[in-house]
Amino acid sequence: MLTIARATYDAIVAHAKRDHPDEACGIVAGPEGSDRPERLVEMVNAAGSPTFYEFDSTELLALYKEMWDRDEEPVVIYHSHTATEAYPSRTDIGLASEPGAHYVLVSTRDWAESRGGNNEGSVEFRSYRIVDGEVTEEEVTVVDEQTD
Amino acid sequence: MAIEVRIPTILRTYTGGEKAVTGEGASLSALIDDLEASHPGLKDRLVEGGDLRRFVNVYVNDEDVRFIGGLDAELSDGDQVVVLPAVAGG
Repeated sequence: MLTIARATYDAIVAHAKRDHPDEACGIVAGPEGSDRPERLVEMVNAAGSPTFYEFDSTELLALYKEMWDRDEEPVVIYHSHTATEAYPSRTDIGLASEPGAHYVLVSTRDWAESRGGNNEGSVEFRSYRIVDGEVTEEEVTVVDEQTD
Repeated sequence: MAIEVRIPTILRTYTGGEKAVTGEGASLSALIDDLEASHPGLKDRLVEGGDLRRFVNVYVNDEDVRFIGGLDAELSDGDQVVVLPAVAGG
């Protein structure tokens, strides 16, 4: 199960909306071994694409070095799908390389299609474990305050 | 002569769980061959068809090796090498 603070959840959704129709991506770091996503880091999608995302390699190194210095790890790795559901694509599964992370997928498809209408569609927000090519969806619990 | 190589979580199955290992070599490809001798299987996860794998990043002293010669990048004693898988998808 992924437990995530409301403010972090909202920030991920806002990031996905802002970058639509391109995919948005980032991580939420937390203390090593804690499984607590505490520090949101929005990343630039170096691919700048509606169908692909990739962290810039130089920014990736800077991000990891910062986490190592702070004894953190990537608790959540998130990205958006802008025309399909919030489920890992074959590429997502093939490239997933953090077996300990929660892979969060958000989809801006329904939200984008509803723009200009009377009822704003919601942004789908789902979380998965991706280990050795195997995808397991997990429950997402949104809490007002992250607690120990 | 020793070069420290930081190993990402996903590849630590090849290093007995070690976060960092040491090896030697005057170039990145020589270093990878040296590491392969003590950590069999590692090379195949880094190199494909004579080139670095597209979604593996290797840095020498904080510089992406793609900008300094790729597998031919020169190394010296005391260099810090970091391996990080790309964070990417579709």
